[in-house]
Amino acid sequence: MDYKLKNMAYDKFNTLTSTAVPLPIENVDTDQLIPARFLKATERVGFGDNLFRDWRYNPDNTPKKDFVLNDPTYTGKILVGGKNFGSGSSREHAAWSVYDYGFRCVVSSFFADIFRGNCLNIGVLPVQVSPEFSEKIFAAIFADPKTEIEVNLPNQTITLLATGEKETFDINSYKKNNMLNGFDDIDYLQSIKGEIEEFAAQLPL
Amino acid sequence: MSKTLFDKVWDTHVVRKIEGGPDVLFIDRHLIHEVTSPVAFLGLKTRGISVLYPNRTFATADHNTPTIHQDQPVADPLSANQLHMLESNSAEYGISHWGLGHQKNGIVHVVGPEYGITQPGATIVCGDSHTSTHGAFGAIAFGIGTSEVEMVLATQCIMQPKPKKMRININGKLGKAVTPKDVALFIISQLTTSGATGYFVEYAGDVFENMTMEGRMTVCNLSIEMGARGGMIAPDETTINYVKGREFSPKGEAWDKALAYYKTLKTDADAVFDKELTFDGATIEPMITYGTNPGMGMGISHDIPDAADVEGGAATYAKSLGYMGFHEGDSMIGKQVDFVFVGSCTNGRIEDFRAFTSLVKGKHKADNVTAWLVPGSHIVEAQIKEEGLLDILTEAGFELRQPGCSACLAMNDDKVPAGKYAVSTSNRNFEGRQGPGSRTMLASPLVAAAAAVTGVVTDPRTLIEELA
Repeated sequence: MDYKLKNMAYDKFNTLTSTAVPLPIENVDTDQLIPARFLKATERVGFGDNLFRDWRYNPDNTPKKDFVLNDPTYTGKILVGGKNFGSGSSREHAAWSVYDYGFRCVVSSFFADIFRGNCLNIGVLPVQVSPEFSEKIFAAIFADPKTEIEVNLPNQTITLLATGEKETFDINSYKKNNMLNGFDDIDYLQSIKGEIEEFAAQLPL
Repeated sequence: MSKTLFDKVWDTHVVRKIEGGPDVLFIDRHLIHEVTSPVAFLGLKTRGISVLYPNRTFATADHNTPTIHQDQPVADPLSANQLHMLESNSAEYGISHWGLGHQKNGIVHVVGPEYGITQPGATIVCGDSHTSTHGAFGAIAFGIGTSEVEMVLATQCIMQPKPKKMRININGKLGKAVTPKDVALFIISQLTTSGATGYFVEYAGDVFENMTMEGRMTVCNLSIEMGARGGMIAPDETTINYVKGREFSPKGEAWDKALAYYKTLKTDADAVFDKELTFDGATIEPMITYGTNPGMGMGISHDIPDAADVEGGAATYAKSLGYMGFHEGDSMIGKQVDFVFVGSCTNGRIEDFRAFTSLVKGKHKADNVTAWLVPGSHIVEAQIKEEGLLDILTEAGFELRQPGCSACLAMNDDKVPAGKYAVSTSNRNFEGRQGPGSRTMLASPLVAAAAAVTGVVTDPRTLIEELA
């Protein structure tokens, strides 16, 4: 890439090997990821505490024992969700809360567009797998919560290490490069500012 | 090569294409509000960079603002702090700011069009997914995350892969009490909440051509609820008549130039879409949702379907109905209603209040119902008064609140209590959306009115028959 890195926007992502937390619910929306009443911060800190707030805690703030984040059996840096993960609002806070909690990768058979883009912009890798592989991942985690998954960004593969079963995933080469190096879009856009200003001068509106 | 409306507007705004990556897309108009902008401004400060085109960004406070006593200080310190940050950041960077108490303050997707910030063929973004609303004008308008808000402030561009294109055609005469909201909820029920993910939608056909701009905004607003990044409708005389002469609309020679551009904004006859769907407008009923996403909707006279008859997993479906306290096979007619909410960027415009008022006229609010009527802007609020709607509403036992997003996402005090049922004209029925534990049924202003006066879910057609 032809632009100079000015700011380290987020951690670099290369290969992640981790256990995973399973959440086999479809249409997990951003209001569940982070309810609107927790969007009042003016800095990007502390959102992990309220990730899945209303699924995770009772109204009196005691943990709901049956929710997966409160079950010590399941830990790791990979969150595996059901189909259509991250639907709803454009709140980047949803991706921030996933990151701040400690996840670096979200796996699903289908992502909502804005959530996927927000993840890529803050250093959480969204990995879209086939519905069949998604089922395999859930089955593997439920069979053995200590099972490890390898997410390899350079090779664009996700592998169940216990069996070696793997699948490739898509990411455009620009975003891949950004994630591998911890670059962000503003670094790039700043580098073509002159071109943007010339372009603006000829627009119809 | 033949182009769709979407292609024409998109291609006009591509600064640069990146091989194997996104397009660099120039943004004509940027709308910001208090919730998704503070961290973007913080980013600018951290990087030591400024706002490239302050006159292309407009700030209004709406998400967390109170809808009563707006002349008094905001009680919640966190909300007050966000409002203060919007004001101070706007002042620091030279951005127009319409804060609480300002005559132009209101819901971002209501005031943008009202003041002519929204223009046909423009690219418009905002840190809010319902930015799709502005597509009603033939603009490419969509919601963005806070990192992208920062990009637009810094460079007036964002980086987006070009979405696929879908056209949804609906022709035919709409039935009695079927509003633009019902058309949108019908489409979403057919496509599911993720059926248009990856696409930008064009709505075509006489059903949309016959709609007012308010109706078209309601339809485009809900595009995101089927996963589409946005939806748009080709500009026509209705559009141009709406836009002309508004405060921020082009004037004089600039208007002539803009008009020439607007007239190019239609899909070429032989342009190809990645996906094309056609529905018959005459088959659409007044709609209501029964579950916890906007795709879980049906004609109000239908029964809640069995899990086997809907797309998706049975466990997720059971969780959703369990949350709502509903069962497969239940009729929605007669279901308990505790709250009625009329407002939001979906249905907070004058036409929505006209519809609601037409049905409650001469009737009275049911005692078991708490009703929140929240106009989208001060212009809407003033129109409600000028047209005599407020007198009718007052007579029927309703009060009007002050503009804001209100109970749509319940960031302010307008929260539906846990376990209570709300019929809402807003856009999302997610778990807890209108307050922790709240249970939302999405519907049109007419269905909301029928619920408000009867105290239960009621088919508005039965009340209109009574009136006739």
